[in-house]
Amino acid sequence: MALNFAQWGNDLYTGRRSYQIVAHRSRWFTAVGALAIIALAILLSRGFNLGIDFRGGSEFTVSGVQDTSQGPAITAVQSISPDEVPRVSVVGQNAIRVQTSEFTNTEDVQRVRDALAGAYGVDPGEVTTAFIGPTWGAGVSQRALWGTVVFVLVVAVFMALYFRAWRMSLAAIIAMLGDILIAAGVYAAVGWEVTPSTIIGFLTILGYSLYDKVVVFDKVRENTAGVLDQSRSTYAERANLAVNQTLVRSVNTGVVAILPVAGILFVGAFLLGAGTLRDISLSLFVGIAAGTASSIFLATPLEVSLREREPRIAKHTAKVIASRQAAAASGEDVAVHATAAAGSQLMPGQHRGQQAQPRRKGR
Amino acid sequence: MRTLVLTAILLIVVPFAALFVGTTLDPRSETNPRGAGFAPGLALDLEGGTQLILTPVPEAAGQVTSTTISQAIEVIRQRVDASGVSEAEITSQGTGASAKIVVALPGSPDEETLRLVRTPAQMEFRPVLVQSFDPTAAPEPTATPSPSPTAEQPAEPTSPSDAAYYITPEVQAAFDRLDCVDPANRAGGLNGPAEAAFVTCDQNGFSKFILGPVEIEGRHITSATSGLESLQGGGVGTEWIVSLKFDGEGTGLFADTTERLLGRTPPTDQFAVVLDGLVITAPQVEAIIPNGEARISGSFTRDSAATLANQLNFGSLPVSFQVESEQQISATLGSEQLQRGLFAGLIGLVLVFVYSLFQYRTLGALTIGSLVVAGAITYLAIALLSWLMGYRLSLAGVAGLIVAIGFTADSFIVYFERIRDELRDGRNLAGAVDRGWTRARRTILAAKGVNLVSAVILYYLAVGGVQGFAFTLGLTTVIDVAVVFWFTHPLMEVISKVSFFRDGHRWSGLSPERLRASGVRYVGAGRFAGPTIAPETGAAEAAATAPEPAVVGVGAPPGGGGEGHLTIAERRAAARGQAAEAGAQDGAADENEENR
Repeated sequence: MALNFAQWGNDLYTGRRSYQIVAHRSRWFTAVGALAIIALAILLSRGFNLGIDFRGGSEFTVSGVQDTSQGPAITAVQSISPDEVPRVSVVGQNAIRVQTSEFTNTEDVQRVRDALAGAYGVDPGEVTTAFIGPTWGAGVSQRALWGTVVFVLVVAVFMALYFRAWRMSLAAIIAMLGDILIAAGVYAAVGWEVTPSTIIGFLTILGYSLYDKVVVFDKVRENTAGVLDQSRSTYAERANLAVNQTLVRSVNTGVVAILPVAGILFVGAFLLGAGTLRDISLSLFVGIAAGTASSIFLATPLEVSLREREPRIAKHTAKVIASRQAAAASGEDVAVHATAAAGSQLMPGQHRGQQAQPRRKGR
Repeated sequence: MRTLVLTAILLIVVPFAALFVGTTLDPRSETNPRGAGFAPGLALDLEGGTQLILTPVPEAAGQVTSTTISQAIEVIRQRVDASGVSEAEITSQGTGASAKIVVALPGSPDEETLRLVRTPAQMEFRPVLVQSFDPTAAPEPTATPSPSPTAEQPAEPTSPSDAAYYITPEVQAAFDRLDCVDPANRAGGLNGPAEAAFVTCDQNGFSKFILGPVEIEGRHITSATSGLESLQGGGVGTEWIVSLKFDGEGTGLFADTTERLLGRTPPTDQFAVVLDGLVITAPQVEAIIPNGEARISGSFTRDSAATLANQLNFGSLPVSFQVESEQQISATLGSEQLQRGLFAGLIGLVLVFVYSLFQYRTLGALTIGSLVVAGAITYLAIALLSWLMGYRLSLAGVAGLIVAIGFTADSFIVYFERIRDELRDGRNLAGAVDRGWTRARRTILAAKGVNLVSAVILYYLAVGGVQGFAFTLGLTTVIDVAVVFWFTHPLMEVISKVSFFRDGHRWSGLSPERLRASGVRYVGAGRFAGPTIAPETGAAEAAATAPEPAVVGVGAPPGGGGEGHLTIAERRAAARGQAAEAGAQDGAADENEENR
């Protein structure tokens, strides 16, 4: 298998094996579009289940307890409201503070009080309740949103300058928005509470997604550097080669990035029951998977679609196709052109001057 | 090699030494929570801290509403964030007039932090009408010249310094009764009504004042900074001051005030800076100040000057607060659960190691080594920063670190893949490392640039947990780039000279057999290299296991025409490839690698 993977990498690099990712782009666009619509539908119909940090909730304080372990409180709250993941902390020497999302009816509040009093063996009078406000208020959200918008704009400008093509930057941003939408949709579909950790998970995805796109696009840039100076292959073909050549990198990076997160999500959250880490690991897991896939299947094809509207690239593509057709019509070297199209790129030779000399090092 | 040693010294030995010195000179303990320690400080959600319950002290009925509470929360949050205490949790408890504010701070807060969260920091500038250097209560009118209270009150004040209008008999009586020696009168509180005279003490209890109406309100202050005073000669003095900058309106008012007060008879040529009901300082106007910059010196210490600047920067609280209770609270995340989560993350990390060894064979060890080095530097940096600037690691920070494994490993993956690409082109290892590095470097820098930009922007614009996350992201990005440039790449150059790697041992991860087996390769001088049989089996297997065998192969290599487009070498290679392939299926065909 390992040998095959290396072999696969070789074949992808030389163009001997090539997946027509760019050519089949309408397929990917349809798939992503469908996923985005489903995600949007879920978001609109179900919405997010906002947690206590955003909406405020109820706080129970149990005073005069002997045993300050957190377990009984969690069991007690979940016996009344099974989906609740209460936050339990010890206050002072002998008091337990339990924060839950808001119980709207007073009966439930009373039952939770009784359950907590029972769990810690104190009188129900020792359990006080209060409404607590959100710790992550509107102000915090606003600042975070504002920061994110500025960040995306600055990165867009950065990419446009670096690649010297605003269309590349636009493609990356659109693909990144798609990733976020899908990750948010999955999160809403699972229905777990949104906590500040979730938000931070989404921000991480945003960064990761853009990062991954820059790496893939850099290869596209490298491969298409002299595309207009030759007439063997089109921009789309060069870009496709680039995606194929970075495929091994994308798979490796994706696996390496997702393994620790998957460890936390599946082993930690499901098997060992570390409920407090599940929110961040789920958003990261979905986001990293979506981000890696979209760099290959969405960002690059989208970039090609956009770039082909650029007049000089459109003209070049038309020229290449026309020359190929002419060659086909005259029954000549079709294969040669096709070879160049699928195979690795040809770079014109140049005089390398003293670069051709061996370098002396370590002086 | 020299770079390697230098890196080791600069990035590991120096921080470690600094930390070691820190733990010796300024050890972290119960009494010194901000000291140095080898374990990084943990944030509220992981370690717990202190919970303060603040009760508003209403000075007028109906003053405490949910709006004032949420305003107060916002201001307290900004103050706490700016003071460097990371990720405080601030929330309201209860509703309406009985609402309280619950502030949870990591660790145990000192007196300055408490003052930061509870004092309103209302600052205003008022003219001095009367100053008495005898701070005790006077049974009968003091020697201080004061206008006769029996005089008829003018209907309108001529100016804010119009003592005849503002000093009413009641004001005079209050002034006479005031005893500034009694600390109870120097506890501070809210400032008096803006349109009337205000009787108060100096904060040290040395003198008492009758002040005119408010001339400039605190909201006109756009920024406040603290520092040591700068002397006329350009040197730095020994007194701590707070420098203020006014906005446009404030600048105008300040210029007007200084112009009007200039040259009046003492003490009415002074203006008083009033903070929370006490006079901090009452300087004499010596010149008109037209540029809207003021400096306040009072008996500040370094900490109190910084606290005041912090408070002024984010505006005042609408009410003052009293600390109702101060209690230790434990971590909000179950410590047991967190350990399980981290254990699971560790399993993931081991899988990452296994995967890199599987993918890159012995070269994977370089990935692991680099990750370990990056991890060690990150740990040291966090421990050092939690000592120097009070950084604390929260759950969000831990998440940032876990994702950083992916980002960091990606730098190595990009680099190794570029080296392999160069090897596939037929370079020797030294040449491949050289060229691969030049190409990988650019990609790595561009991609890390994006990360760094995001970290910096989020750090400056966001608050609370997002800020902690951005900080971790930025820190790991910088460390990552440093490790790739000064550890992985130099080490790669070294091992490219070791025969095991140079000659492409089967398990080195760089073996030409594995990387170049895909067909005939032109090696110059009319000769070709590479097996002609092996790729067939390889390709067939690969085709069988490939997820999507949409292989494009381009069918038969050129038969007749095309002389003008192919080199002789390419034609021969093609012919040989075709010969080797004769009889094989047409679809998943073989394409000879082109000569570059």
